[in-house]
Amino acid sequence: MAITHDGPPAGTPVKASGSIWSNEKTRGWIAQGAIGGLAALLVGVMVWNAQDNLASQRIASGFGFLSQTAGFGINQTLVEYSETSTYARALLVGLLNTLAVAVVGIVFATIFGFLVGIGRLSKNWMVRQVCTAYVEVTRNLPLLFHVLFWYLAVLAAMPPARQSYSIFGEIYINNRGVYIPKLIFGEGSGVGLVALIVAIVGVAILKKWATARQMRTGQPFPVLWTSLALLIGLPFLALAAAGFPVTVEEPALKGFNFAGGARLLPEFAALTIALSIYTGGFIAEIVRAGIKAVSRGQSEAAASLGLKPGLATRLVIIPQALRVMVPPLTSQYLNLTKNSSLAAFIGYPELVQVFAGTTLNQTGQAIEIIAITMGCYLIISLVTSAFMNWYNRRVALVER
Amino acid sequence: MTDATFIPADRPFVRAAMLAPEPPPAAVAGFSGWARANLFSGPFNTLLTLVCAAGAAYVAWVLVDFMALRAVWTGANREACVAPGTGACWPFITARFGQLLYGFYPADQHWRPAAVFFVAVALIAPLLIPSAPHKKLNALLFFVAFPIFAFVMLRGGLFGLRPVETRAWGGLLVTLVVATTGIVASLPLGVLLALGRRSKLPLIRFLSIAFIEFWRGVPLITVLFFATYMLPLFLPSGWTIDGLLRALVGVALFSAAYMAEVVRGGLQAIPKGQYEGAQALGLRYWPMMLLIVLPQALKLVIPGIVNTFIGLFKDTTLVAIVSIFDFLGIIRAGFADPNWATPVTVYTGFAFAGVVYFIFCYGMSRYSRFVEERLDTGHKR
Repeated sequence: MAITHDGPPAGTPVKASGSIWSNEKTRGWIAQGAIGGLAALLVGVMVWNAQDNLASQRIASGFGFLSQTAGFGINQTLVEYSETSTYARALLVGLLNTLAVAVVGIVFATIFGFLVGIGRLSKNWMVRQVCTAYVEVTRNLPLLFHVLFWYLAVLAAMPPARQSYSIFGEIYINNRGVYIPKLIFGEGSGVGLVALIVAIVGVAILKKWATARQMRTGQPFPVLWTSLALLIGLPFLALAAAGFPVTVEEPALKGFNFAGGARLLPEFAALTIALSIYTGGFIAEIVRAGIKAVSRGQSEAAASLGLKPGLATRLVIIPQALRVMVPPLTSQYLNLTKNSSLAAFIGYPELVQVFAGTTLNQTGQAIEIIAITMGCYLIISLVTSAFMNWYNRRVALVER
Repeated sequence: MTDATFIPADRPFVRAAMLAPEPPPAAVAGFSGWARANLFSGPFNTLLTLVCAAGAAYVAWVLVDFMALRAVWTGANREACVAPGTGACWPFITARFGQLLYGFYPADQHWRPAAVFFVAVALIAPLLIPSAPHKKLNALLFFVAFPIFAFVMLRGGLFGLRPVETRAWGGLLVTLVVATTGIVASLPLGVLLALGRRSKLPLIRFLSIAFIEFWRGVPLITVLFFATYMLPLFLPSGWTIDGLLRALVGVALFSAAYMAEVVRGGLQAIPKGQYEGAQALGLRYWPMMLLIVLPQALKLVIPGIVNTFIGLFKDTTLVAIVSIFDFLGIIRAGFADPNWATPVTVYTGFAFAGVVYFIFCYGMSRYSRFVEERLDTGHKR
């Protein structure tokens, strides 16, 4: 039975009907024009309103305020800063304090996360339960709860300076912060730095040579141990030759307070601990998922090739697990960096507290200041994700 | 016919009948066997087990001891809890319970937020139970009718309800209002942004990507600062917007960007055949998306949506930076109350806040895991 249909016979070119709505391309252009016009209109109205409002409220505009004297003190500065420094300098101090918290937090969060994540896959029932409890408790409480808990309930409850807790007589903890020994680099310590750079270059060359040799002859070379020996030994020898210009200044109780050593603010300690513990819970889940994503066949194949369990983990399991773990790890690192802005709640002088807090209060230039603050975080985010994307491409699966 | 038939008579050592199986040795069976394999399978493992058990027992003891054994249950003011060695000061919580729930909402009007809570629960519960009927009507009621109802009830000023300024709102009420508004507003916005990001039209794609990446690249605190200090400058002079509404706008824009990425994940998981099938049926873009693609994609990402909601729920604590007293904020405000200034007030507050947040977040994450398992069909290894 023949199928009858009303349409034109096959092969007849379809003629566009009169309405422009029938043409997909035209429709696309119209939609884009409408959305683009709407966006432009919105921005235009916002700019116009802002100008109007700034003029009527007599708020200065422009970035000239950055070179004015800030006039407020900051109690943790990684670069030179005083009350007579400019707002731009205060911005730099705040940004560096943000980065300090972020870097320390990322290191500890990674350590916690890997320990707990591997612990959740342990054969030991007790370890597994404890690690699961850690993950559930840390992830199901707000970060601000963690931060305030460590700041108000733990660190504020530390004893006064005279009854400080001491760890091996080197580190002291009291309600004014954590005191740690400080290294003082005297005249001639540059030799150590030069030696360290030489050692790093040496390790890079060694690694290349060892890989080439293994490819050629199949002979492995203990790169890890030689590198460690090189990295520690060379600067040590260089400093010994220079007569040890580096001295350690230990904190000591003088009267009612400690003198000497380096002091970590309680705010810094609370924020770092809270960020590391909170983010550690998320990283633990990523680590667990990453290791579980490597199929059993991989470890069985490694075993059947004769690799010992340690080597199989290092050469077969970890590289494949990393591939799964890198993208979510990146976003956790970025989250940690952005979450360091919770410092504003406890008064740790980082970007938001110094700039969007104090500076905004003093100058009232909301648009510029919030734009700069957001811009700083955006740049950090974009740079980090660019770096991690590069790394991700390096470890990504190369498919045929 | 048994095997025994073939055994020659001159080979008597061949057993004709099998022995009954012996029970496994005590060392591998039962509890002791399990403990040996899982807890004490070597010196290092034994040490780990003991350290973990000791740590867990210590933490559990501290919590139980503080929150129950040494706790004070009744009292009128700080006098009840100042004795040295007291545990949690629960009267601090009970005395402020109304405030913890509703903030400074007038006490004689508390029935209004209470009614909103009950309606919300009555609408959300059947929405979350997969077998409950009338999903479409239910969703329509929750996402369209309920916000209007809640707004009228809470804000007042209509139908003879006394107006209550948002400045008086607080406590768990604000936490839930911010989180729910965030999710209700961000879902449609997030769907539009996700579609925009996958659009073939370059301008729309660019604008969507820029919007999403911008909001995902900055912390929520700066967004709240933006909404509080910068947003009023962008409005025509003379317009003022309510403080809570500003924070809500900020939270909605922020969570829309995260929601967009969740929805995009769902859109990417829909096989190409579904799009092609829809096009072969003659559907244009919007009918194709609304009838074929989105229903499947959204169903796939329910766990992701719930996770975003958990994140949002936890992030509502940050609105305290713009002087809105959410649940944690109102507990923190209680620490400064001289009536209840005792050495244990801070710990009591944190214990209560911790338990409440944990119950909410853990409940939601259990739900998202339940949905994940229900949706995870056919990929079980």
